[in-house]
Amino acid sequence: MIKVIRNFDIGAKIGLVLLILFLTIVFLGPMMSPYSEVEIVGDVWESPNTSFWLGTDHVGRDLLTRIFTGGRMTVVVALIATCGAFLVGCPLGIASAVIGGWFDLLVTRAVDAVMAFPGLILALIVLSAIGTSIPALIFVIMVLDSTTVYRLTRAVAADIAVMNYIEVARLRGENMRWFLFKEILPNVAPTLLTEFGLRFVYSAIMISSLSFLGLGIQPPYADLGGMVKENAMAISFGRSAPILPAVALALLAIGVNLIVDGLLRHRAKLDQYK
Amino acid sequence: MQKTSITGLVLKRLTSGLVTLVLVSLMVFAGTEILPGDVAEAILGQQATAESVQVLRDKLGLERPAIVRYFEWLWNFAQGDLGRSLASGREISSLLSGRLGNTFFLALTAAAIAIPISVLLGLLAALYEDKLVDKGITISTLIFVSTPDFLIGYLLLLWGAVKLGWFPALSRMSSSMSFGDQLHVIAMPCLTLALVVSAHTMRLTRAAILQVMSQPYVEMAELKGASRKRIILKHAFPNALSPVLNIVLLTLAYLIVGVVVVEAVFNYSGMGRLMIDAVSTRDMPLVQACGLIFASVYVLLNLTADILSILTNPRRRRPI
Repeated sequence: MIKVIRNFDIGAKIGLVLLILFLTIVFLGPMMSPYSEVEIVGDVWESPNTSFWLGTDHVGRDLLTRIFTGGRMTVVVALIATCGAFLVGCPLGIASAVIGGWFDLLVTRAVDAVMAFPGLILALIVLSAIGTSIPALIFVIMVLDSTTVYRLTRAVAADIAVMNYIEVARLRGENMRWFLFKEILPNVAPTLLTEFGLRFVYSAIMISSLSFLGLGIQPPYADLGGMVKENAMAISFGRSAPILPAVALALLAIGVNLIVDGLLRHRAKLDQYK
Repeated sequence: MQKTSITGLVLKRLTSGLVTLVLVSLMVFAGTEILPGDVAEAILGQQATAESVQVLRDKLGLERPAIVRYFEWLWNFAQGDLGRSLASGREISSLLSGRLGNTFFLALTAAAIAIPISVLLGLLAALYEDKLVDKGITISTLIFVSTPDFLIGYLLLLWGAVKLGWFPALSRMSSSMSFGDQLHVIAMPCLTLALVVSAHTMRLTRAAILQVMSQPYVEMAELKGASRKRIILKHAFPNALSPVLNIVLLTLAYLIVGVVVVEAVFNYSGMGRLMIDAVSTRDMPLVQACGLIFASVYVLLNLTADILSILTNPRRRRPI
């Protein structure tokens, strides 16, 4: 692990620093802050000053504290949705590659049908039917993400499923569980790790976009996208209140994307030496 | 022999596209049917008596099986009868008419700016791989890909409309405006959309060109001493045409998603905002209509991309 990090190029190192900084600030920040995220402490949309470092929001709450808790909300919800997508997508993908036949055909067709939709539009249709709540949001993102995870896992696992050591395991008479967890999963893990990063960023931005449209996380809870929506009017007074939460989200996304890019380039180099 | 196999392949792809369209419409219909309660309850609200709900249900024909109503909905849809909105009671087709045009105007103008520039920059990045130009382009696309659409929108709004006052903050369109005025009004949403999609397009173009340039035949051409111009024009370009065409159509498809958020930022009266309003008021017929239109355009664009790639890439003509 440490060796991998040492081999990172400069971009990936910056990304790692950004990510760690973001996570520490977002999770430790609320404890350091003298204000709570719900208490009204100042005027509406105060400019940044010594008592409110980033100013205040549309009802006079401290914006920095709100960004801490909003960022935490975004990270936690996106993480749950991404983990869910992998818990659904990975086993299905590996099973498709190993079992093949009608099972593979059925799942692949279902995934194709979901992927025929633009993601945001499908999310809007489903949310209009089941209503807007955090579980509904997690469900929608999970379904959308699991399709890509399924396709990737299936493709990688299909390559591995025809390797000699799998044949040996098959002849040894190992059961399905052994195949999944001992033979295939360790070999698809590196690819899945980078995909996890990409999916996490996608989920975080998707959740924030939905909240920004008023269909994601609902008040009194707020995530970064919801905060942009709350403070949208401040823009006509030339205040930066709606921009700051969005910048925080962008920094998180840039951090993760830099790491993923670095990992991909590192792997491409390894492949070249083969 | 060769010719029939191409038409055969294209026909096969067209059929599968049609099946996808039907599947998509079925999912749009089913997706809006899974909610507890039905349209009658939604129209009358919670205070309605059981009798009045029953009367409306009979009137709307909701007692009939879902499959019958699905085909009726699809048939009416194909004929241009989209039903009535629950929230306003107006014909959906009249709600859509102006907005559909507005959305297409915005998306196509953005595409006209974004596609040539981003394909060119992607090409540049690929030709100067690992040089300073490439590094600059790669880093900036990474930043733009990671930036949420609404952040780009609000930054432009803050600078272009509020601080500098060059463009109106609310992108209000009317048909009485001249074309120039209309362009002025949509300048900022259009630029936002162009920035959002061009980052993706550039990354994809760069990857596609690099993939072609790493092929053995390009190396061969280099070894036999062909000029760089000749390698790019004669060897690399024809082979890169198919992936780049694909990327262009994917960019158009991506615009559909981007347009929803951008319309919300700039209060632009298009399909995206109509759909968002419909979702938040749970106006099911309207959600169905907008969802089906967005999804159909998306499916058709992907279908065109596939067919073009069959036509331009001989290797794909092999039966799969």
